[in-house]
Amino acid sequence: MTQFITDMFSNFWVSLGGKLLLVALMVPLIGMLLGFAEMKLSAKMQSRVGPYFAGGRWGWAQLIADGVKFFQKEDLIPEDADRPVFKAAPILVLVGTLALFVVIPFGPGLVFQDLSVGIFYALAIASIGTIGVLMAGWSSANKYSLMGGLRAAGQLIAYELPLVLAVVGSVIMAGTMSMSGIVEAQISAGFPFVLVQFVGFGIFMVAALAELSRIPFDMPIAESELVMGYVTEYSGFRFLFFFLAEYANMFTMSAIAATLFLGGYWLPFVPESTLEFAGPLILIGKVFLLTFTMIWFRWTFPRFREDQLQTLAWKVLIPLALANIAITATLKVVL
Amino acid sequence: MVTDTDLVRHLSEAQVSVELQTEEMTLNIGPQHPSTHGVLRLVARVSGERCFDVKPVIGYMHRGYEKLSEVRTYPQITALINRIDWVSGYANEIPFIVAAEKLMDVEVPERAQYIRVILTEMARVSSHLVFMASYPLELGAATPLFFALRDRERVLDLIEGVTGGRFHPNFNRIGGVKPNAGSGPTTKKTPQDLPAGFLGETNDAMNVVLDTCEEIEDLVAGNEIFRARTKGIGVLPAEVGAAFGVSGPNLRASGVKFDLRKVEDYLPYDKFDFDVVVGENGDCWDRWWVRLEEIRESVKIIQQAIDGIPPSGPLQAKVPKVIKVPKGETYVRAENPKGEMGYYIVSDGGPGPYRLKIRSASFSNISMLSWILEGVLVPDIIAIMGSLDFVLGDVDR
Repeated sequence: MTQFITDMFSNFWVSLGGKLLLVALMVPLIGMLLGFAEMKLSAKMQSRVGPYFAGGRWGWAQLIADGVKFFQKEDLIPEDADRPVFKAAPILVLVGTLALFVVIPFGPGLVFQDLSVGIFYALAIASIGTIGVLMAGWSSANKYSLMGGLRAAGQLIAYELPLVLAVVGSVIMAGTMSMSGIVEAQISAGFPFVLVQFVGFGIFMVAALAELSRIPFDMPIAESELVMGYVTEYSGFRFLFFFLAEYANMFTMSAIAATLFLGGYWLPFVPESTLEFAGPLILIGKVFLLTFTMIWFRWTFPRFREDQLQTLAWKVLIPLALANIAITATLKVVL
Repeated sequence: MVTDTDLVRHLSEAQVSVELQTEEMTLNIGPQHPSTHGVLRLVARVSGERCFDVKPVIGYMHRGYEKLSEVRTYPQITALINRIDWVSGYANEIPFIVAAEKLMDVEVPERAQYIRVILTEMARVSSHLVFMASYPLELGAATPLFFALRDRERVLDLIEGVTGGRFHPNFNRIGGVKPNAGSGPTTKKTPQDLPAGFLGETNDAMNVVLDTCEEIEDLVAGNEIFRARTKGIGVLPAEVGAAFGVSGPNLRASGVKFDLRKVEDYLPYDKFDFDVVVGENGDCWDRWWVRLEEIRESVKIIQQAIDGIPPSGPLQAKVPKVIKVPKGETYVRAENPKGEMGYYIVSDGGPGPYRLKIRSASFSNISMLSWILEGVLVPDIIAIMGSLDFVLGDVDR
């Protein structure tokens, strides 16, 4: 029997199918978990109770109820909308998120596919979502949506650069672009890179917030200005796709940050032999720490204006990131 | 106090230079929009994020109160005018009632005057707390809302305890005030009075409001993003503001030290010691800051009034059973939370006014929207509009 199972999983197609199923299950689960965390945490911060009744206790089933509700809703497509593009946009947004899970190492060897250009792949795939957002904004035949989509595009151009440049520091220190390789480099160095790369870490987190278009960088959605930005015309399960993608993206961005700067699945003083089992828990713990900060920001800060964001990106973050790279590279050669 | 205003006004333009020519677009903001405070509609001509001109369209909430007043008696009208600026319902009643009393030549008892002052200032506190709640929300910060609304609720509860209504107290009578039932037995010997413990509770609530002001200041004023979004944005020079008939905190933020509480004598404000808060630049930041400080000044007035109120005495002057206002006309204006509110009553001697003209603050305050929103960015439309703190019921009446 065991022989049969090992044989089955050594088959390429079976293992691929298993991995795909795992990702497909993980994303809604993580989306719901983070969505619920956001509801409860924001309630705590605003002296409210938050969801309370669904599920009987603490409102734990609130997000499940919400999901069911979304499936019951009418799937509205505006008459003037560009139908194929309108339908493809939420899928593209979600696909960009799903594809990111592929390279995140959850433990030694526990990675869907360890690419040699892992971080490069991750950053490239992450920007696909913005194309989906732009498509959504363009095809909705709504002026608010259009403005939201274009704002998202402007934000992408401004924030992709600092995001990439912030990563370079860690890549130089590790000497590899493979995500597992970067974690292993931190294990052998004996400290998480954030101790040295704190500038890069800060820039990465700010740029990631902008990439996720969360407050203080939520101009593409900007409820008080653009109604709901590019998601204005979406309803039902297409809206659910955007919702899931947002929270899953929070998870993946935090996971990348945790992997690059916080040591990924590794924690000092935890014996390496236990990492097989403890690794995923450690990584998820770190991810939750970072997502908590993101939620905290969202309920604390007002929103930037589009031009202020561009100023911040081009005049502050990019020069800082470049200086960080130069210093890291110099130290790498000298030491 | 007003400096080179045109320079400041176009500061926001200096930060972005649009060189790419794009097609113009007409953006219809409202009447259903999250931050137009109800049913205001703005027709904006925009190119990208830059907005060339804005045309406000009003009237979606017109209820015809001026005309309705002509077929109602004076005591009935107070129920209507509560609903003009519903965020500060009590303060609306004062100028109307005072105008009628002026025509009838009724002397209002001192204790009733003090109660009017206390409740008017509580209405001001609650109205400004709504602004403290909604303005950061319009800029994207959701949390200050809960801090401000929590204590507004406390103030409203107290108002409800005296008047019986949170938003629409309908509490003034010509010649005095009328506490609700449940404030004590009504016999000829023991007239109705304020609920027991009201003054003490109000004093405590005002101390809490002061703490909340500190909290809001910590949360909002120290925030770099909030400063960047409001400082130098939507500058209103004093001359322009005065020309458009802007009044209240919006005009004071531009540096004009004009407060009807100091000028007119509709309520005995000369007995209280308080400052008129003025801003320097007339930008969104100043409008926000002036309102925050005005809450503190109002609290000062309320606490002085609680100390100085006559411990007992009548709440109602002697007036005939059927109120008929002598022939004549008068105009009484008052400093409402939103600005100058006035009623012009023309009486032909009947039980209701022959004509009632309502001068509401928000209507004049938003008349300069198309001037101030010319050439700003789309996000600043919301920032500026929010900082003017208008209520659509007050605009359309």
